[in-house]
Amino acid sequence: MKFGVIVFPGSNCDQDVYHVLGAVLGQPVDYLWHGDTDVAGYDCLVLPGGFSYGDYLRAGAIARFAPIMPAVIDFARSGGLVLGICNGFQILLEAGLLPGAMRRNDCLQFRCQWTYLRVENNATPFTNRFREGQVIRIPIAHGEGNYYADAATLAELEANRQIIFRYCAPDGEVTPAANPNGSVGNIAGIINREGNILGMMPHPERCAESLLGGTDGRELFASIVDWWQRGERLGA
Amino acid sequence: MEPEVYRQMGLTDEEFERIKEILGREPNYVEVGMFAVMWSEHCGYKHSRPVLKLFPTKAPWVLQGPGENAGIIDIGDGQAVVFKIESHNHPSAIEPFQGAATGVGGIVRDIFAMGARPIAVLDSLRFGPLDDPRTRYLMGGVVAGIAFYGNCLGLPTVAGEVYFDPSYTGNPLVNAMAVGLIEQKDIRRGRAAGVGNAVMLVGARTGRDGIHGATFASEELSEASEERRPSVQVGDPFREKLLIEACLDIIKEDLIIGMQDMGAAGITSSSCEMAARAGTGMEIDVALVPRREEGMTPYEVMLSESQERMLLVPKKGAEARVQAICRRWGLEAVVIGRVTDDGIMRIKEGGRVVAEVPARALTDQCPVYEVERRRPAYLDKLQHVDLSHLPEPGDYGEVLLKLLAAPNIASKEWVYRQYDYMVRTDTVAGPGGDAAVLRIKGTGKGLALTVDGNGRYCYLDPETGGAIAVAEAARNLSCVGARPLGLTDCLNFGNPEKPEVAWQFYQAVTGMSRACEALQTPVTGGNVSFYNETEGEAIYPTPVVGMVGLITDIEKRCALAWRREDDVLILLGETCPEIGGSEYLAVVHGLVAGRPPGLNLEREAAVQEVVRQAIAAGLVTAAHDCAEGGLAVALAESALAGGLGAVVELASSLRPDYLLFSESQSRVLLAVPPAARDRVLAMAREKGLPAAVIGRTAGRALAVRVNGRTVFNLSLGEMEKQWRESIPALMAR
Repeated sequence: MKFGVIVFPGSNCDQDVYHVLGAVLGQPVDYLWHGDTDVAGYDCLVLPGGFSYGDYLRAGAIARFAPIMPAVIDFARSGGLVLGICNGFQILLEAGLLPGAMRRNDCLQFRCQWTYLRVENNATPFTNRFREGQVIRIPIAHGEGNYYADAATLAELEANRQIIFRYCAPDGEVTPAANPNGSVGNIAGIINREGNILGMMPHPERCAESLLGGTDGRELFASIVDWWQRGERLGA
Repeated sequence: MEPEVYRQMGLTDEEFERIKEILGREPNYVEVGMFAVMWSEHCGYKHSRPVLKLFPTKAPWVLQGPGENAGIIDIGDGQAVVFKIESHNHPSAIEPFQGAATGVGGIVRDIFAMGARPIAVLDSLRFGPLDDPRTRYLMGGVVAGIAFYGNCLGLPTVAGEVYFDPSYTGNPLVNAMAVGLIEQKDIRRGRAAGVGNAVMLVGARTGRDGIHGATFASEELSEASEERRPSVQVGDPFREKLLIEACLDIIKEDLIIGMQDMGAAGITSSSCEMAARAGTGMEIDVALVPRREEGMTPYEVMLSESQERMLLVPKKGAEARVQAICRRWGLEAVVIGRVTDDGIMRIKEGGRVVAEVPARALTDQCPVYEVERRRPAYLDKLQHVDLSHLPEPGDYGEVLLKLLAAPNIASKEWVYRQYDYMVRTDTVAGPGGDAAVLRIKGTGKGLALTVDGNGRYCYLDPETGGAIAVAEAARNLSCVGARPLGLTDCLNFGNPEKPEVAWQFYQAVTGMSRACEALQTPVTGGNVSFYNETEGEAIYPTPVVGMVGLITDIEKRCALAWRREDDVLILLGETCPEIGGSEYLAVVHGLVAGRPPGLNLEREAAVQEVVRQAIAAGLVTAAHDCAEGGLAVALAESALAGGLGAVVELASSLRPDYLLFSESQSRVLLAVPPAARDRVLAMAREKGLPAAVIGRTAGRALAVRVNGRTVFNLSLGEMEKQWRESIPALMAR
């Protein structure tokens, strides 16, 4: 299974994801340059965290116009696995690959902290090593992670089980106090209807080694590899 | 030239005469501007140079000492750590967000200018009390500015300190430290060698921002300082991120001879410093400098402090490749001049020469002033305040809760949760501990980083306070299991032309030097920030020490949190009745007086060695330095960090408040498994160190008895509430 990590100008978690996929999981992985226009030969694309184009205008708003994005969109629409983390999630929203939008955190400050997440749906390529309802611990680091979708979109996300992670208390209860940014329904990550594009604000690459205080993030990447190695495929 | 012209730029009549002497003629306007910034205190160190010579700067592991963009220390395996600290006090006082942001940007450029990959940022901040709305505005802006810049760069802000005292109300301190990692073969120095080589400007375009920022940094703050707001530069961290990647790609391809960042005094300082170090000259055509604005004069181009720019001297013929790399990162790279052999900085605008000055006249011939030093009169009064008749507190639990809520001791989470301290996935221990620990990928080793200083101690005795700043930094590193290797210092003082400030400065540097020698932590560089005064009132003398240490086996590290029930608590070192300058004295008795705690450096070195030994032998489950608030606060901090209480039994002839809150130095609180107890005690005995078993970890409360009498028994919950909610509540006002 071959991973591609897209490097936008201002991406700054690209090396972190690359490290986890390559050095920790032992998977083949390449950087893909924003100025290129081809993603052929890759099985999963990761849009990493960071401040693409300085987050100027609005997080992800400029990156969606990067030369590589048409190829990413084609890849995603034809069922390719795409994972957007933090700024990558914001880019997926701006590119219309996932529904909804990001607002500034309700506290109006950047937040870097560990968060607990409840796994709402484990029947995806990204979460199959978790149990449904499992509480996992993954850090966040963002200033614009306040996810918003209108009521109709939310209802659809619920109905299709597209909400994958919600911020929760350590015991799994989804409470306002456990919500670090004001996101609607405590949403931390969503998937597209077809189930091949995941966007999440927390950073799984930051907790893939016990030295860094947790390994729940490793399970997310390992889920992708397991899913692929079982020969499961989506889309065309 | 009218005296008003050069005086307004900050030059004295004598300095102007000296310039005339050096040039053998009257300087023109551009030349006076260049001299004024290079001979400013900020660039020229004219009041500090002779004193700075006191610092020990050498050790076998020091690869680069003071005088370069940053210091470098060998950490083995062909790798090195590059690090430096710098102040951005004055800009932050009038424009906190941009002032602090560009402070981070500037110090990070110093790191990759040496060829290193920046890996971490630390910050040391001082403000007035938080009940002042302006202080809250300043702190909010400074923290947001550091977050804005550091987070966007993808650099974790891994450690720092924040202190509050009325002495900083008008003149906050914003010191930022950056750390980088480098393969030793990639080290570059800021040298413009090779006559005929091109001089290239890479990065942002040049605008009118920040002209005379260095001069502004070299004068006292006053009502009129608000007008200096245009002297504060505006940061663009996105461009700096691109600049980092481009410059490191350029290093990787071995395309350059030297490079230097453009901070204070912009093109002027970077060009003449690079030439002076190499013994060359430089010819620069300002007409070739890409501009952000129309109609800029040569004077403005030479003095602009526009951010995110680097000066590069590429190897012969490498210009096109440098440009190609920069283009790939969306950056401009332009040849603006050549290296020459005559030692002269020749500035042209097209064909016309607009300035012609010997490079070394700007860098090395800056006048040096030895001001008469006078011990300040306040010391006699304050040091002799009788502290033996203080009323003894009735309720020690209440006192401890009050101390935990005191902003100098309370949790700084409000600050560091705004910083991305995890990016780069190397942060093994982030903010909130004695020192940050970063792993070095692929080696099994770790770096420990800390930044420390106590202005109050220095105010009461700058010599001892300076020594303590160094000792505490080293102690913090030892507490995580690291061997301290070297330090960078940021010396924040008042107006050095005043004999009292000159005395404080000299004393502090003397004390620091003494501690550097004893603890084998040479100074590899740093920054002096004078004129930290508002309306004639100086800040506390505040030397800040940023220190780097090495953990040879990252698995053998330690933290302050108690993690296991029934571990034995051992206090290493001795508690003396030293409450002068303590947080207890200030918070509970409203006094800043007495002498700071004494420091026996032999004892200090021995304590640190035992701590490191015990950690390396795997005998210690937690280690924590006793600092502000004394033993009681150290106990509470370890308890809160681990969510585990303790039962503590102290026996002493001291008054309980002295025993609990004295800030005696060279003390470390250890938690060890029962089976390791005797070995750790024996290690201490071998070094002749006092070590006492004072209790064990247990339960969800901290219960402390003195000579058999319970002095407090507080639940973790009530302590946590005071400690964690204090600063957020103050900031929410």
